[in-house]
Amino acid sequence: MCVTDFTCRLILAFWFVAGPAFALELEDQKFYPGTSDTVIKVISTGDLAVFEPFIQQFQSQNPTIGIDYYVTSSAELHTALKNGGVFDLAISSAMDLQFQLANDGAAQPVNSAMTDALPVWARWRNQVFAFTAEPAVAVISRERFAGLERPKTRQELIALLRQSPDVFENTIGTYDVRTSGLGYLFATQEARNSDTFWRLSELMGRRGTELYCCSAQMIDDVASGRLTLAYNVLGSYAAERIARDDRLEILELEDYATVMLRTALIPATAKQTQEATLLLDALLREGLRETPTVWALPPLGAADTPEARAYGPIRLGPALLVYLDKLNRDAFLRAWSDAMVQ
Amino acid sequence: MSDTATGPFWWRSIGQRLTILLAGIAAVLAILSWWMVTSFAREAAERTQDNVLVASATTIAEALRSEQGDILLELPYSAFAMLDAIGEDRVFYRVAADGETLTGYDDLMPSGTPDRPGDIRVGTISYRGDLVRTVTVRRTVLANQQPVPVLVTVAQTRTGVEAIGTGLSQTAAVLSVALFILAVGLGAFAAGNALKPLNSFAQAVTRRGPSDLRPLRRKVPDELSPLLVALNRLMERLGQSIRRSEEFIAEAAHRVRTPLATVRVQAELALHTVEKDEEKQMLRRIIRAVDESSRSASQLLDHATVSFRADALARDNIDLADLASRVTDGLAPTADMKDISVRLNVVAPATVQGDAILLESALRNVLDNSVKYSPAETEINVTLAALDKKTWQITVRDQGRGFAADSIPALTERFKRGGNVDQIVGSGLGLTIAEDVLKAHGGRLELSTPNEGIGACVSLILPAA
Repeated sequence: MCVTDFTCRLILAFWFVAGPAFALELEDQKFYPGTSDTVIKVISTGDLAVFEPFIQQFQSQNPTIGIDYYVTSSAELHTALKNGGVFDLAISSAMDLQFQLANDGAAQPVNSAMTDALPVWARWRNQVFAFTAEPAVAVISRERFAGLERPKTRQELIALLRQSPDVFENTIGTYDVRTSGLGYLFATQEARNSDTFWRLSELMGRRGTELYCCSAQMIDDVASGRLTLAYNVLGSYAAERIARDDRLEILELEDYATVMLRTALIPATAKQTQEATLLLDALLREGLRETPTVWALPPLGAADTPEARAYGPIRLGPALLVYLDKLNRDAFLRAWSDAMVQ
Repeated sequence: MSDTATGPFWWRSIGQRLTILLAGIAAVLAILSWWMVTSFAREAAERTQDNVLVASATTIAEALRSEQGDILLELPYSAFAMLDAIGEDRVFYRVAADGETLTGYDDLMPSGTPDRPGDIRVGTISYRGDLVRTVTVRRTVLANQQPVPVLVTVAQTRTGVEAIGTGLSQTAAVLSVALFILAVGLGAFAAGNALKPLNSFAQAVTRRGPSDLRPLRRKVPDELSPLLVALNRLMERLGQSIRRSEEFIAEAAHRVRTPLATVRVQAELALHTVEKDEEKQMLRRIIRAVDESSRSASQLLDHATVSFRADALARDNIDLADLASRVTDGLAPTADMKDISVRLNVVAPATVQGDAILLESALRNVLDNSVKYSPAETEINVTLAALDKKTWQITVRDQGRGFAADSIPALTERFKRGGNVDQIVGSGLGLTIAEDVLKAHGGRLELSTPNEGIGACVSLILPAA
C-alpha cells in the first residue's frame, strides 16, 4: 500500500498554464478519466491510497465526470490557491490554512442539502466543510514497551519518561512542527489547551527525539522497532495500520485528545463548480456516516468520544489565524525548538 | 358631507369609514414600529460588533512589548477567538509600528487613524470585495528609549450583523402584522361600539307609526343631541303644517257647502214652478249634482274633523243605541227618496267612551254609503249587538252590489274606491273616515260580502266602556 510506502512519492515540477506562473511541488498525481470531457481538478493532501476507493465509488455513480487528482503538502496547496491556481476542489488536513484561504476570499460559498446537513461546528460561512474528525494519538511499539505499564494520562506518560530513560533514549518520534503544517496545528492547539505540552516537549527533547514530516513514516518506524513512542500521530492512519500490523498499539490517553477536522473547499477559481459540488457532497456524505465505507478516515461523529470532548474538535473560526501569524509562529517555533532540539 | 352619497360603497357607512381610517392608522403605526425595531436592532448589532472589535484590538495592543529595541507581539488567542461571537465573519488585522507593518494584512488601510494614544477610531471600508468594519487603536511602545506609535487595526465583515438585523427585522415584521390585525379588529369593535347610540336612535325613529309626530325623548350622546333637537323641531313643524292644511280643507269645505245649500233650495223652488218635463229633468240633475258636491264637502269636513279631534280624543260616555237611531233618522229622508227602508235593531244601552261627533260621522258615512250603493226599494239593516263582553258591534247590511273581494283591503285608504262602482259618483273618503274614527277609539272596521256577492256588510267594532 502506498500509504506507508513513500518511495512511491514523486516530486513533480508542475507549471500552471492558467493563473500566475509558479511551480507546484507534487507528491503524486493521477488522472481518472470519465466518459465525457468534464474533468474536475482536485488538489489534496490525502494520499491516493486512501482516496482512490472514494474516487472510484464516486465515478461509478457519476461515470461521465473525470477526476484529475493532485497530491501535495498542505503548505503547497495553500500557496497554490493563494496565488490563484485553478482547481475545482481543495481537500486538506491543515484546517488553519484552509480557513485562511476562505477568510482571504479564495473560496466560494456552496449550498446543497449535504452542506446544510453538516453540524454548525463542521462548516464556516458555507465555504469550508469538514468531513472527518481525526484525533492525534500516541503510538507505541509493543516489543519495546514490553513490561511497562501503559500510561493513562499525559502526566503518567511524563512520569514514565522520567522513570525509564533508557527505554526512550533516542526512540521517541514526533512531527517536526517547523516543516509539517499538521504537526504545527496539533502542537499549537495542544499548547493552548494544556501546559503539560511544554513539560512533555521538554522531556521528549531531553530524551532525544526524532523529528518527522509525516505520520506514515513515524508509524513505519514504530512498527520496525526503531521508535518506542510516536507522539501526535494521525489516529486514522495509525488505526488503519494497526488493523493489519500487531507490532503497534495506540496508547489510550484519557485526559484529552486534540481532534483535527479534515476540510474541503471549492476555490474561487473553480471552473466546474457544479461537478465539484457533487464531489463535495459525496465527501460530506462519507463524513456524516456512522462508520465509513470507503476508507479508514473517521467520520465527524468520531469527535464525540470522551477524550475528544475534553476540548472538542479544533474550532473552525478566526482563532485559527492566531498561530498562522508570522510573529506568533516565530515565537512558538522558538519556544518549541528550545524545548525539543537540545 | 357632500361626498357621502358619491363615494364607493365601503365609504358610505360611517362604521366602515371609521374602521378603514383606524386600519390605516394602525398600518402606518405598524410600519413605523417595524422600521424602528429594525433600525434599532441593526444599530444594536453594529454596536455589539464594534465593541467586540474594540475589545479585540485593545487586547492585541496590550500584548505589545519591547525587548532590546525590538517591538514584539504575541497575538493573544482570545483576541481572535472572541471575533466569531457575532457570526461567521471574515477577519483581517494589521499591526503597524511607525507606519511599518509588523504583522497582519499589509494592505489593510482603515479610513482614519487615531491621533493620540488610547484613542479608538471606528470606520467602514471596502476590503477584498466586502464591506468591513474597522477598529483601530493606538498605543505608544518605548523602544530604545524612543516612543514608537503602534496602530492595531482589526477588521471584520458584516455578515453576522446583517443576519442578526435581518432575523430581528423579520420577527418585527411578523409582530407588526399581528399588531396590525389586532388593531383592525379592535378598531372595528370600537367603531361599532361608538355608532351604537346612532343605530338605536335610528331604530327609535323607524319604529314610530306613520302619524306619530310626538317629539323624541331619549338620552343621546352630545354629538347626536343637535340632530335630535333638529328632528324634533322638524316634526313639530310638520305637525303644524299638517294641522294647517286640515284646517284649510275644513274651512274650504265649509265655505263650499253653505252656497251649495242655497243653490239646492233655489233649484227645488224652481222645480216646483217649471212645468215642462225636460226642465224638471234638468233641475233634478242639478239638485243631484249639488247633493253630491255637498256630500263630498261634508266628507272632506268630516275627514278633517277626524284628523283634528283624534289627536286629542274626547272620552265621553256615549250610548251607541241612541247614536245609531240619531244617524238613521238623519238619513231617513235620503233613503226615502230611493224608497229604501232602514231598519234599526238595537240593544240599549250600549255604552262606549269616545267622541260623539266622530262616532256619529263614522256611522253616518257607512250608512250613507249603503244608501248610495243600494238599488231602489230595498232594505238596509242596522244592528247593534255585543260581539263579546268587552266589545260592541254595529253592523250595516244592505242588498246592494257588495264589495269586490279583491279591493277590500284598499277600500279604507283615502280616495280609493271599489272596483264595481260603475257610474256612481263618490269621493272615496267615507270608509277612510269610518276606519280612522274607529282606530282612534281602539276599535276596527270590518268589510265583507256575505251572500255570494249580494249585499255589503260593514261592521263597526268598538270596545265597551
